[in-house]
Amino acid sequence: MNMSNNRVLTMARAGREAVKWEMENDKNVFMLGEDVYKFGGVFGTADGLGEIFGADRILDTPISETGFIGLATGAAIAGMRPIVELAFADFIGVCYSAIVNLAAKHHYLSNGEFKVPMVLMLGSGGGYNNGGQHSQALHACLAHMPGMKVIAPSNAYDAKGFMHAAIRSDDFVVYMGQKRTSGVGFFGAPIPDSMSEIPDEPYTIEFGVARTVKEGTDVTVVAISWAVHQAMDAAKELEKEGISVEVIDPRTLVPLDRESIINSVRKTGRLVVADEDYQSYGFTSEVIASVIESEPNVFKSAPIRVANPDTTIPYSRPMEQQVLPTSARIKQAILDVMK
Amino acid sequence: MLPDNETRVKMYRTMLTSRHMDDRIMELYYKDKTPVFDIAAGLIPGEIHSSHGQEACAVGTVFVLGQEDWITAAHRPHHTAIARGICVKKILCEIMGKANGLSAGRGGHMHLYSKEHKFCSSGIIAEGMGPAAGMALASRMQGKGGIGVCYLGEAAVNQGAWHEVMNMAGVYKLPFICVIEDNNWGVSVSKAASTAIARNSDRATSYNALGLYVDSNDPDDIYNKMTEATEYARSGKGPVILELKTYRLQGHMLGDPQHYVPEEEKLAFRDCTIDYKNKLVNEGVITESEADSIIADIKNEVDEAVEFAIKSPLPDAQNALTGNFV
Ligand SMILES: Cc1ncc(C[n+]2csc(CCOP(=O)(O)OP(=O)(O)O)c2C)c(N)n1
Ligand SMILES: [Mg+2]
Repeated sequence: MNMSNNRVLTMARAGREAVKWEMENDKNVFMLGEDVYKFGGVFGTADGLGEIFGADRILDTPISETGFIGLATGAAIAGMRPIVELAFADFIGVCYSAIVNLAAKHHYLSNGEFKVPMVLMLGSGGGYNNGGQHSQALHACLAHMPGMKVIAPSNAYDAKGFMHAAIRSDDFVVYMGQKRTSGVGFFGAPIPDSMSEIPDEPYTIEFGVARTVKEGTDVTVVAISWAVHQAMDAAKELEKEGISVEVIDPRTLVPLDRESIINSVRKTGRLVVADEDYQSYGFTSEVIASVIESEPNVFKSAPIRVANPDTTIPYSRPMEQQVLPTSARIKQAILDVMK
Repeated sequence: MLPDNETRVKMYRTMLTSRHMDDRIMELYYKDKTPVFDIAAGLIPGEIHSSHGQEACAVGTVFVLGQEDWITAAHRPHHTAIARGICVKKILCEIMGKANGLSAGRGGHMHLYSKEHKFCSSGIIAEGMGPAAGMALASRMQGKGGIGVCYLGEAAVNQGAWHEVMNMAGVYKLPFICVIEDNNWGVSVSKAASTAIARNSDRATSYNALGLYVDSNDPDDIYNKMTEATEYARSGKGPVILELKTYRLQGHMLGDPQHYVPEEEKLAFRDCTIDYKNKLVNEGVITESEADSIIADIKNEVDEAVEFAIKSPLPDAQNALTGNFV
């Protein structure tokens, strides 16, 4: 791979580059969704693509989510490879059936006769004071349901590789980009570690393979999406205090790389799981249950979840900070699990 | 029915209150987001969908309503809330996330609520439809005589919920009005690009509703049609769709330079606060100097509310954890 040109991109730019390449190389790939044609997607996922590919392949939709996700499902069944842009993950509320009962179930219910090679892009998460209907992560609402792969990259290198893989996949893939991690202009300076040097060439990353972001021996912290960066901040601070933290980013919730997580906990004996989504019945619970099922006796202390404490996301800054899996909360959890 | 002169002056004052509040919000919003625009930074974070240009739609309709009537507003709720008489201080405190805001900082700008004013809002497109129709149904069941009014933008009529609820309102002949503020844009998508017909009021045919359209963005014209709409809805004949042509002067949200809006269209934007002032002066309802002192008064009132909100305390972080249940 050519890494010589030092192109450091944000997640949004890297993902968009993959979309552009796939659209140039496969005429069946097209995009539809809210504000993609002129606006380039609310979170920059289609920046400039309207001008390049025209209104026939970058389709602005009315605010009709049930309609256009159903429409994309039909187009996918009939041989196209649609990429659907839904802006805020919160909006799955108005089109949940089209996602979970249509797009995610056609392959199974038709006994594999119909494939739904479609990508649904969602901007997830909060931390920017936008209130309870525009700040939810909602990974688990999708990952809980069968029939769709759910990916939530935390950095630009993964964003590009997973976007190529998602578009080429014959399965229905939900691609979740955390808004404050994506590096979109109006969210201020991007998180430095969310940006990566990006090879010019297309490349894919296999779903279901976790990345060890940092090796360590005392505690395993499993975190996804924005929480990965919070976990790393906590880990770096605690390193100074002599606690060696291993940070694992599963990158895809479905499929979930349980094996890598279990291997890490075999080594450390301690587990903290961090996620921005609601705690109960969620990603954090799933990770802990998976380890306990396979290694019930490995724990030196009880595992700890750091997630949204099952509350509607408040608007006001001090209250919102209270419910996010911030580095401060993760750090405290690591200290607690070490006791 | 046209409003009397006293009502007209009140409408004018209310439009100015909304406008000056939005001006102050805009100033504070940008001040904290310069030179780097970080949506999470400053006294007022998050998205702000200001009502600049649409104030006429709020006063012309809300002033016709009574205490018994219910309102659901959309993601752009400031002008509607102010026309309903909700305390400007409490609105500003909510927008700044303060402990004494309408929802003690839990809601934010898209989530203004007031039980006293029978007022709700929601940031999910067209989701005010069902609740407003349900409030209309409850009012009828309870014999209270109130109606339900849902406010939304022209782009919201393409949401499934809109059609589902309009149909039910037609079937049940609900005392329900959907006020559509047609500013021609849903974020970056024009009405022509998203909507199969030119006027959503024409969709009334499909729902056995009365369809009305006002193209002037003039409070008097809107008041007149809203009077017709409320008489119809209260009479038990069924629902009304009232569509109002208006203008979105500050983009979809603050920070949106609306590059996608054609230059000719921007040049044709009208400012209803200026047009209405000129109309009232020309008709001799107020003099130019009275208008000036009204403007000065309103600015003082709003500035005082802004200062109050700035000085107000933030909520305790722990309040995040309560309030999900009774
Ligand atoms: C279900 C849903 N889809 C998308 C959005 C994102 N969104 C917020 S406002 C808006 C445009 C609304 O346009 P319109 O109804 O005309 O109201 P305006 O903004 O012009 O006042 C969109 C697409 C949303 N809030 N809810
Ligand atoms: Mg509009």
